Amino acid sequence: MKINSNFLGEVEIVEQDILLFEHGLMGLEEYKKFVLLPLDVDLPIILLQSTECAEISFILAFPYAFKSDYHFDLSEDDKEQLQIEKEEDVMAYVIITFKEPFEKSTLNLLAPVVININKKLGKQIVLHDKDYPLRYPVPTLKGSGK
Amino acid sequence: MLVLSRKKGESIIIGDNIELKVLGVDGEQVKLGIIAPKTVTIHRKEVFEEIQRQNKEALVVNADLLEQLKKYK
Repeated sequence: MKINSNFLGEVEIVEQDILLFEHGLMGLEEYKKFVLLPLDVDLPIILLQSTECAEISFILAFPYAFKSDYHFDLSEDDKEQLQIEKEEDVMAYVIITFKEPFEKSTLNLLAPVVININKKLGKQIVLHDKDYPLRYPVPTLKGSGK
Repeated sequence: MLVLSRKKGESIIIGDNIELKVLGVDGEQVKLGIIAPKTVTIHRKEVFEEIQRQNKEALVVNADLLEQLKKYK
C-alpha cells in the first residue's frame, strides 16, 4: 500500500509493518498507526511516520549511539501492554527535536518510544523514576556510534 | 472542583476502579498512592504537559530537513 509522507513523499509500505500505538504519542493521541522508514543519511536515525496523516512524523534516534549508558527497565504493565515476552522483541528509540545545525538538536531521553517489533505494538513511556532529561543535547558522534 | 479532606492512610475512590490513597504528608509534600487499571496512564501533570509540548515541537515540519541531515556524518 502507498502512504504519503510530507518528509519522504509517496512511500510504498507493507501493511504488516504498521505499528499500532494504542495511546498515540503524548499530545498527539489521535494518531495511532505508524511505520518506521529508513532515512538515507549517515546518522543513527529513522523516521516514525503516521500512516494516517502525512504531516505527522518524528525522527527517532537509536539512543545508545548518542548515549551509550542509556538504560531503563520496562514496567510489568508496559510489558503486558506491548505483549513483550523476551528482550529481543523490544526496540527502544528516542525522539529528536531537530534544530539547525544538527548539533543544536535535542533528544527526549525522558519519554522514549518502545516498540515490540514482532507484535507491531508501540508506546511512548515516561521514565518516572529516572533522572533523564526531556531535552538532552545531541553529543557529537565520534564515529563510534555507527 | 470537588474538594475532600483526607487524613493519612485514607483514600478516595474514583469511578469504581481507581483508588487514590494519601500515604503521607511531609510539610508541603503529599505522598499519594494510586491503584488503577493498567489501561489508565498516570503522569505528573507538569511532566506530561512538557512531554506533550516537546512532541509537538519535534514534529518534522520541514521537508528540507532530509537534505540538511545528509550533510552530517
